[in-house]
Amino acid sequence: MDETKEIKTKEMVLNMGPQHPSTHGVLRLRLEISGETIVKCTPFVGYLHRGTEKLAESMTYLQSIPLMDRLDYISSMTNDVGYCIAVERLFGIEPPLRAKYIRTMVSEMSRISSHLLWLATHALDIGAMTVFLYAFRERERILELFEMLCGARLTVTYPRIGGVRNDVSQEFIDTLYKFTEDFPNKIKEYETLINVNRIWLKRTVGVGIISAEEAINYGLTGAALRGSGVDYDVRKHFPYDAYDLVQFDVPIGKNGDVYDRYLCRVEELRQSNAIVRQCIEALPAGPIMTSDSPKYTLPPKDKVLNNMESLIHHFTLITKGPMTAPNGEVYVATEVPKGELGFYIISDGTGKPYRMRIRSPSFIHVSALPRLCEGGLIADVVANIGSIDVVLGECDR
Amino acid sequence: MLIDGTLGLVEVEKGIQVIPGANTIITSLDKVINWGRKSSLWPVTFGLACCAIEMMAAGSSHYDLDRLGIIFRGSPRQADCMIVAGTVTKKMAPIVRKVYDQMPEPKYVIAMGSCACTGNVYRTYSVVQGCDLFLPVDVYVPGCPPRPEALFDGIIKLQEIMMKERMRWSPLK
Repeated sequence: MDETKEIKTKEMVLNMGPQHPSTHGVLRLRLEISGETIVKCTPFVGYLHRGTEKLAESMTYLQSIPLMDRLDYISSMTNDVGYCIAVERLFGIEPPLRAKYIRTMVSEMSRISSHLLWLATHALDIGAMTVFLYAFRERERILELFEMLCGARLTVTYPRIGGVRNDVSQEFIDTLYKFTEDFPNKIKEYETLINVNRIWLKRTVGVGIISAEEAINYGLTGAALRGSGVDYDVRKHFPYDAYDLVQFDVPIGKNGDVYDRYLCRVEELRQSNAIVRQCIEALPAGPIMTSDSPKYTLPPKDKVLNNMESLIHHFTLITKGPMTAPNGEVYVATEVPKGELGFYIISDGTGKPYRMRIRSPSFIHVSALPRLCEGGLIADVVANIGSIDVVLGECDR
Repeated sequence: MLIDGTLGLVEVEKGIQVIPGANTIITSLDKVINWGRKSSLWPVTFGLACCAIEMMAAGSSHYDLDRLGIIFRGSPRQADCMIVAGTVTKKMAPIVRKVYDQMPEPKYVIAMGSCACTGNVYRTYSVVQGCDLFLPVDVYVPGCPPRPEALFDGIIKLQEIMMKERMRWSPLK
């Protein structure tokens, strides 16, 4: 008896990442563990810090759009849309209705592809390999549609300040409509694989619980917040583009655990599919680029070739940026698949932003990771990382 | 190819001869070992940024890297190829190098994407301007991000390089 009293135990420190298949990129966690239980969890970020904000200060507003693609590279379309809306508010311009509908449509396509990738990797981390293969099958169809639309699969650079780059073709619309008809059945397929799978339930139900109050205090947004039962969606409460013209529900969870966050995202897949469908059905005719603000938006190519004034506008916009940009600052939040993405832009009247700050949901979600992991088991860390859906490109910027 | 048993040694490919009916192949050790290596290339799972998503797409159902004998491994100790997929920052570079050093010989590096090749648009204070500054890169696959087909092409190029190797199996080389 006396001998065992002499034995002292201390926490073991385990380093997880940045090279780890389940950290979704280059996230590093320092875990202090006592047996199988996590005593302390410290996330380290910055392994993918590319200096996007600083780089954007030396680029014109138009040139920065490709950088926004590469923030959250899984759903680049929503980033571009968010950035373009921020710049449009700064300039005080409004895109035409058709452009708004197209943007809403492609944003929701992007949301579907992002959630599919999330579902695939999250399930793979927990051990369900089949879901990965199934989800990538549908994701590939979305990427092919993006390619048909703008020539790129991932980094699209499709939205422009004041509209979109090019109009959608009838072939694109037809293929997309076919996809929206098939897709609900595919969601059912994923659900039959894992929804009532006993291993899946054991790994997710009751894991990483965060209450509604705490989730708000930590600043969680998106499905991570809604999983805890808070009804907050930027698309619903502060509508932008055509979101006030389409019908959709915001799925809400109850318990705030990994399973509820999973259910929220899967339901969001259905809602996004419905939004895409509504956008196709209600797509109005008209221009895709606003025409009443030639000093801010690029003129169409035939005007550049035939009209002297348009040529001058085009030249100054490309070489120097919009020189008549108003002074001031703007903050615009949009709902990206990860949560609330905000752009805070200060303009000093030159063609480039004086300062641009990106409020990225992933960075804030990573900061809530210790709260989710501490006290839990070491095997649940990957389930927690998956359930808050982090993308390190956006987190580190 | 129809093999006539009366001819003796038949050359089926340059440097590879078969004895018909005897179930025997005569060739150099280089060719056999290189063939074995190129047909079971196991890259380490190491996604850095955007390109990793296309690498995953290449590995999943639609494109299926398994067709080339490629299976992603979680540990560098079990891998013989490294696909540097994405932007390498100055904070990440020592870790990439460490993972590379942990891989057993022979090992190969594919720089996937413009960031890994040259740094791409990120000419900033925090980004390494190409991973060839600290790794011996065998194949460069440009693109932002490269399509899965481009990655396939890069891997096939690497296999061609591997087939040309001589005496890499030997401790005396």
